[in-house]
Amino acid sequence: MKEVVTGNHVVSHAARVGRAQVVSAYPITPQTQVVEKISEFVADGVMDAKFIKVESEHSAMVACIGASAAGVRAFTATSAQGLALMHEVLHWAANARLPVVLANINRAMGPPWTIWTDQIDSLSQRDTGWIQFYAESNQDIFDSILIAFKVAEQVDLPAMVVLEAFFLSHTAEPVDFPDQEDIDRFLPPRPARNTVDPENPAAFGGLTGPDHYYELKYMEHNAMLEAKETIAAATQEYGDMTGRYYKMADPYRCDDAETVLVVSGGVASTAKDAVDEAREAGWKLGSLKIWAFRPFPREEVRALLLGRKRVVVVDRNISFGQEGIFCSELKASLYSQPEAPPVLGFIAGLGGRDIKGRDLLAMAKAGEDPDCPEFNWYGVKP
Amino acid sequence: MAEVPKKLTIPAEEHICSGHLACQGCGAVLAMRYALKALGPNTVYTVPACCWSVIDGPFPYTTLGVPLFHIAFEAAAASAAGLAAGLEMVGKEDVNVVAWAGDGGTADIGIQALSGAAERNDNIMYICYDNEAYMNTGVQRSSSTPWGAWTTTTPARHFKKRPKKNLVDIMVAHQIPYVATAAIAFPEDVLKKVNKAKQIKGTKYLQIFASCPPGWRMAPEYAVKSVRMAVNARVWPLLEVDNGVYTITRKPRKPLPVADYLRLQGRFSHLTEEQVEEIQQMVDHNWERLLFLEKSTHEMAGIPLEEKKKTKEPDK
Ligand SMILES: Cc1ncc(C[n+]2csc(CCOP(=O)(O)OP(=O)(O)O)c2C)c(N)n1
Ligand SMILES: [Mg+2]
Repeated sequence: MKEVVTGNHVVSHAARVGRAQVVSAYPITPQTQVVEKISEFVADGVMDAKFIKVESEHSAMVACIGASAAGVRAFTATSAQGLALMHEVLHWAANARLPVVLANINRAMGPPWTIWTDQIDSLSQRDTGWIQFYAESNQDIFDSILIAFKVAEQVDLPAMVVLEAFFLSHTAEPVDFPDQEDIDRFLPPRPARNTVDPENPAAFGGLTGPDHYYELKYMEHNAMLEAKETIAAATQEYGDMTGRYYKMADPYRCDDAETVLVVSGGVASTAKDAVDEAREAGWKLGSLKIWAFRPFPREEVRALLLGRKRVVVVDRNISFGQEGIFCSELKASLYSQPEAPPVLGFIAGLGGRDIKGRDLLAMAKAGEDPDCPEFNWYGVKP
Repeated sequence: MAEVPKKLTIPAEEHICSGHLACQGCGAVLAMRYALKALGPNTVYTVPACCWSVIDGPFPYTTLGVPLFHIAFEAAAASAAGLAAGLEMVGKEDVNVVAWAGDGGTADIGIQALSGAAERNDNIMYICYDNEAYMNTGVQRSSSTPWGAWTTTTPARHFKKRPKKNLVDIMVAHQIPYVATAAIAFPEDVLKKVNKAKQIKGTKYLQIFASCPPGWRMAPEYAVKSVRMAVNARVWPLLEVDNGVYTITRKPRKPLPVADYLRLQGRFSHLTEEQVEEIQQMVDHNWERLLFLEKSTHEMAGIPLEEKKKTKEPDK
């Protein structure tokens, strides 16, 4: 069934049909409509869940951690300052190996106060041990959340689905909702292991010295690597159900492309238009959407990019003193590989400044100049 | 000659075993031991950073016979709320979900989450074992440290000059069904109050006064004696607040001079006679205030105030 729904309400619906059992969240622009809708669902009884209306995002994540530890499917949503406030306990969820799912509406960090999009809030959580997916469209948001639940619960790691403020959160698009029976088949009740249960007393997360801690981290990293296979299997199954096949790194018209634009989130959709326009003019341009940021699709990126003339990465984020974060990740994946292409990084669209198709084409064009610096700010006003 | 066995006044059954990592004379261990005797095995604990995150034992050991979930320092109440919601969703709403935190994790860094849970009246029991400082990290002041005390961040020549935060009244202000204080020197009273709290739906808050011999700068053998003296000197009044109605549950017939309580502990040894007298006045004032609250809240609720028999046992 297709319906025209805003990105935020898609998040709420995904939590509902994904049968989240405990939701705990705190309002923040641009995420507020997510929690408003879910509280209606729960109050109206169309969603069989408990909604814990906490006093902060820190407590929202902690309540999800507690609920998840008791064995249920837990969900929350936040943005920017809220996600940053959760930081300590994002580590806790991952290290406790709890498959909490979180939707983050990308919003730039203050000061100055801002509510518009960029990716630094979620990318700053890179090393917390969360799986991360970046959605391109409202359909992507819905599908990614269901896939996130499934993958998270199989590898016992939390997962974050990321969407852009306003460009997706407040924009209505047609979204296909699969039948509930199909969803239930794809996403059965959580196969919880090692829950907090008086019938099985144990301590969870107690003091651990150097003798054991190291191996726990090794296992956590391996779980993240295992998630690549789990994602492959889940996206295959999901594709067979819906006809929509997701890829951790998703190429568009890349077959013979000499220049590949690497993008993420909603910008990936703009990039497809831009590539079409370039192709019409005979320009061998392609684009590559990074859907899964953690685990990073290292092998896929290599297979798609080695041997190209150049790679132009558009980052809606900046790691001060270094460069765009997607750019660094790509370089790390390509470094010392045979036929590694030059990687040219562009910062664009911070704090919600629009990235239009013509901007993407201008960055791609600039990247084709042999004298193009390796790191660039696009469109800084004088 | 065989001793005549005395009748036990608390259950013999233990839900905590030996081998824990507490210091000698740790009041927090006695608090846990007594609370568990009342709670029984159908209980889960969530414990934020505090001495108890160490006491329970290193991975993969545990001292408790019930699950213990470790959580971040400021997060005890929210994790209990999540656990309670999760357990309810899996059909185990009869489990006692207990947040077990130190005074720092309660009165300072964790007060926001606690206030949130209490305002929602989540069905959890929150027990603060109050040893009046951050003991885990080496005796730094907390907002629960009393006026006059030495800690490593309030050195003797700059001892703490602000009174202990009154968490009991803060929790009463949340209009939760049950708030109580207890002390490790009175096990029957701890059990009675935990047992009572267990029957009540909603947020229950208990604050158990628990000595810390190293942090209080005293010998471990004074662990129980010092706490008994705190109660009998009215420094730590035992009370119960049922739906806003205050009841002082122990009224020492002849209160001990506060000086006797302070004298036992190195953390007060720098105080002058005048300063000790100042503390005595604060304690007396607080007692008067509690008597007034007890009387007025009983009157307002239309509940006759039973004249509790003053304690017979010697107030030592
Ligand atoms: C966010 C955070 N800040 C600081 C600490 C360090 N820390 C651990 S326990 C503790 C003090 C705990 O004091 P209290 O709650 O009174 O418990 P006690 O140690 O006295 O048992 C501190 C400061 C921490 N673990 N987390
Ligand atoms: Mg303490």
